[in-house]
Amino acid sequence: MKTKRPENRNRTFALITIPIVALFFCFNTLPLIRGFIYSFTNFKGYGTFNWVGGRNYADLFTDARVGNSYLFTFKLAVTATIIVNVLSLIMALALNSKIKFKSALRGLYFIPNILGALVVGYIFNYFFTYIVPYLTKTTSMLADKKTAWIAIVIVCAWQSIAMNTIIYISGLQTVPAEVYEAGALDGATGWAKFWNLTFPLIMPFFTINMVLCMKNFLMVFDQIVALTAGGPAQSTESISYLIYKNGMSGGQFGYQSANAVIFFLVIVTISVLQMKFLNKREEQL
Amino acid sequence: MKNTKIKEKVNWPVTILLLIGLITVLFPLYMTVVIAFKQPSEMTNSIAGILSLPKHWSFSNFAQAIKVTDFWHSLLNSILITGITMVISIVIHSLIGYAISRNMQRKKSYRFVYYYIVSGMFVPFAILMMPLVKQTAELHIDNMIGVIILYVVFYMPMNVLLYTGYLKNIPIALEEAARVDGATTWQTYWKIVFPMMSPMHATVAVLTALGTWNDVMTPLVIMSGSGMTTLPLAQMTFQTQFGTNYNLAFASYLLALLPILIFYIFAQKKIIGGVVNGAVK
Repeated sequence: MKTKRPENRNRTFALITIPIVALFFCFNTLPLIRGFIYSFTNFKGYGTFNWVGGRNYADLFTDARVGNSYLFTFKLAVTATIIVNVLSLIMALALNSKIKFKSALRGLYFIPNILGALVVGYIFNYFFTYIVPYLTKTTSMLADKKTAWIAIVIVCAWQSIAMNTIIYISGLQTVPAEVYEAGALDGATGWAKFWNLTFPLIMPFFTINMVLCMKNFLMVFDQIVALTAGGPAQSTESISYLIYKNGMSGGQFGYQSANAVIFFLVIVTISVLQMKFLNKREEQL
Repeated sequence: MKNTKIKEKVNWPVTILLLIGLITVLFPLYMTVVIAFKQPSEMTNSIAGILSLPKHWSFSNFAQAIKVTDFWHSLLNSILITGITMVISIVIHSLIGYAISRNMQRKKSYRFVYYYIVSGMFVPFAILMMPLVKQTAELHIDNMIGVIILYVVFYMPMNVLLYTGYLKNIPIALEEAARVDGATTWQTYWKIVFPMMSPMHATVAVLTALGTWNDVMTPLVIMSGSGMTTLPLAQMTFQTQFGTNYNLAFASYLLALLPILIFYIFAQKKIIGGVVNGAVK
């Protein structure tokens, strides 16, 4: 074997690659294909099933419950993404400035990010149900259709700000000091300094954060389980939650597979569009 | 020019604002701790009753929570799942990352493998969930083993991206020298390449471990029938048994958060570094 080294090397690489790719195929691509196939059936998750062609897809577009879940998920994702990014930028600027206890503060502000979303959700559930109403003299935010989604935004933001802040801080550290010195000579201060100097330079980090945030929030699940279980009156059912709930135990395996296929296409489209759009801005700057 | 070079003064207003802002992070944790240590009788119907420090710091809630949620088993399952996933991920993902990065320049097939795996990042779990439940049941791995396999596959796109990116910057000269000395590709990998990638191993370990440790959805759908739970899943499963005994519930929440908090205290720099590295690359 040792005499034919180049072939041996290629064989070693193939022996590494093929089994791992096979594993990936079996537990990623195969279920994806199966989900796609199930989406054309009326499978309940058990028993026999028939082909229904594109009926599931046609039904999806007239299903108010599915429509609501998309509206809710997008409302949540867009609002949370904006809030998280604005607050994270402010936090990053503050934590990156000349402050006392810098590393301790950074360490403490990062804590929410390492905690499990489900348990955090349960803790906030209590907070919104028993503590907040004492202060506002109203009923619980979670019990009101108008405010339940805001509570979910708050919990999502509480955890994500930590992560995004850290990414922005590492972005701010890539800005060389000379840039600020040159800017100071031109009299750039405060807002002008941030908007004209800092922000364009940390644009790549802004892109990362926008894409990460949007993707994570569109897939929101744990927080819904812990805070509202989709209520009140199904007003806070995220897409993932609806697929889980009705697909796994509601007898809509085939129908929710169709929903999942659409959801998958939505995620891909948004991620690609976002990256294209934000990359273009990056180049221009 | 000179003015800016003078050492800036400590910005006290910002420091103070940040210290005040810490309330938003620490208050939920404070609330968890005080409620967990109290008895239901102390939770008088006012906000002061809920949020005041407990009169007696009693561990009885914790003892009960450990019994109700089968804490030690859940903890052991969580540690096993996270630990095994982490080790397998580091070995397998770095291996395939190596194979890809050393071949994708000259071979189309490896370039295809790279894009094939990395594009898996866009596949949401929601679409795989239902078919995977069927598939793991058919293969009789609707248990911890199945969950571990799924994690190894889920984190493959991200980790392959990280490893391949890192390996691009490692010069190939060392490997070639080893090859001239008669080492096989396999030996070269373990003796030279694998140790050189240790900064990336740390990043992969942190990201994979944090993700699996806190994940609920995968164990929920895959192994809920096996009678086994992980730490977060146990909180969900036993939610109904806590009833309105919030003191018991919060003791259980605190127990569920404690391992990662303790770990964070010791490995804070590594964790933050890993998370940033993973996102920025």
